[in-house]
Amino acid sequence: MNKSMDRREAIRTLLNIFCIGMGALSAAIVSVPILAYLFSPLIKPPKEVWRTLGSIDTFQQGKTVEVAIEDPSTLPWAGQTAKTAVWVRRTGASDFIVFAITCTHLGCPVNWEDGAQLFLCPCHGGVYYADGTVAGGPPPRPLFRYETRIQDGSVQVKTRKLPIG
Amino acid sequence: MKRAWRWIDERLGWTKYISKVVLHPVPPNVNWWYVFGSATLVAFIVQVVTGVALAFTYVPAPNSAFDSLQFISHQATLGSVVRGIHYWGASAMVILITIHMIRVFTMGSYKYPREMNWLVGVGLFLLTLGMAFTGQLLRWDQDAYWAIVVGAEQAGRVPLIGGFLAHTLVAGNTVGGATLTRFYATHVFLFPALIFMFVGLHLYLVVVHGISEPPVSGHPVEPETYVEEYNELIDKKGIPFWPDAAWRDVIAAVAIGAIVLALAIYVGPKELAQPADPTLLKVYPRPDWYFLWYFAILALLPRWSESWFIVGAPVLGILALIAVPFISNRGERSPARRPWTIAIVVISIVAISVLIRVGEQAPWSPQLSPPPLPASVTQPLQGSALAGSVVFQNAGCHSCHTIAGTGGNRGPNLTHIGRALSGPQLTTRILNGGYNMPAYGTILKPDDVNNLIAFLSQLK
Repeated sequence: MNKSMDRREAIRTLLNIFCIGMGALSAAIVSVPILAYLFSPLIKPPKEVWRTLGSIDTFQQGKTVEVAIEDPSTLPWAGQTAKTAVWVRRTGASDFIVFAITCTHLGCPVNWEDGAQLFLCPCHGGVYYADGTVAGGPPPRPLFRYETRIQDGSVQVKTRKLPIG
Repeated sequence: MKRAWRWIDERLGWTKYISKVVLHPVPPNVNWWYVFGSATLVAFIVQVVTGVALAFTYVPAPNSAFDSLQFISHQATLGSVVRGIHYWGASAMVILITIHMIRVFTMGSYKYPREMNWLVGVGLFLLTLGMAFTGQLLRWDQDAYWAIVVGAEQAGRVPLIGGFLAHTLVAGNTVGGATLTRFYATHVFLFPALIFMFVGLHLYLVVVHGISEPPVSGHPVEPETYVEEYNELIDKKGIPFWPDAAWRDVIAAVAIGAIVLALAIYVGPKELAQPADPTLLKVYPRPDWYFLWYFAILALLPRWSESWFIVGAPVLGILALIAVPFISNRGERSPARRPWTIAIVVISIVAISVLIRVGEQAPWSPQLSPPPLPASVTQPLQGSALAGSVVFQNAGCHSCHTIAGTGGNRGPNLTHIGRALSGPQLTTRILNGGYNMPAYGTILKPDDVNNLIAFLSQLK
């Protein structure tokens, strides 16, 4: 009698481990494609392409202007958010600096005030000089820059990920 | 009729099981402070119902999101009321769950044997804030777009994995179509699923351990004897929850529903200003009111402490909430005997209220396009001072400084600055900057500086 009770208990323990084990295994297997799907935007390396800002002549020396460019990694239905903007400053005959619009403090868009020759951030009061260095407020570092080049008389900029401080 | 009911009852198990839960005895002296738990649940149900209604029309794709919301707000029959209930209901949820949390904390109801319920409640609180955050983003207006960028930048401050977290939040390299659908799925499916599970567990624990009796000074909780004493109180003097105690919950729920409905009808939902457009830069991004206190803190922190605070404060805050039932799961429950509790609650309420108010005013934000100086200031001017007033408005000074009630509040009010500082002092400050003011030495020409000084010196 005892022996068959022991056997029953042993079988129950085995079944317990089996059921929990199979459940855990199935969950693990199914979660692989799901998690890969959710995190795929990060696993794939970002596409970085050169975008044309305009011909050199359209940019006045010593002036900072806003130019809209199209982000390469957007989805077909991204609408208006497929675009982003950059601040372009021509400093010489063929010298350009292109600043990201995101403040280096926490990412709000900076506004160029031509009369003041300053970038002003509306969120927490950050201020930058024309060369992007910090003039006041909480930003910890100068404005982020994009890589630029001159190609066939046009100024081009290399797109990049959202700059994370 | 009776036969029909008997048929249902036998198969549903109403009398045998369910009614016992509905009629479970609660302490006889539960008061109005106890309504906030059920009030929060009612608010949540209202949110789910109005949320489902909105989802019948709202389209979670970048250009369509804004357009479909405009349709709901201005063209769909009673659409603005439904959206309004959802908008004001969100505020109601945040307020009610906060009051409920404060009530439980102040009455020591989290002590033995209800510690686990407190932990589940903390989870619900965080999920509620998560719903509030993801919900505001679905408007996909300028505030929403930049709120995500700011959120991602904060996530980016986490050491080592910051960049990964930030780009996970944004669902890609920049904020775009993928971001919106991700927040939509989180707000509509993921978080509500978690909330349903947690609420189920929360209510189950309430029934298992019973509603806590109002605390009495001099009656501390002792785990060894509490359950026995509580059961004795309930057996001898307990009243059925329904309807002897539930009537207060009903009144509270109806009152809150009426307030939310009235606000939805007479004030309406938040007006949608500009659709999310990364190329439109003249914006003043602001979170919804319940996050303004955090917005204010981020503006006011000393620079060196920021990364520590952004990463550390939420972690420490959550750990502190979780630690509560482990630090003091026994002892006095009455607030009269718990000075630390009173201090924490009062200071938190005052601090957050003040910070919300400051966040509303946001004096640190420059006015990007201030109105022109009033005629009372510019009329009497001539020559150098007149030229100076033009420099003042063109060089950005007016964005940060107020004169005669116009301008920004970033820097000191200059209406009477001629009394306070001399010409040389003004010159030094303008050329060298200081505190948060830029150095204008390389920006302004000497003539402009002289004219500016002439203008400011005569402001007495």
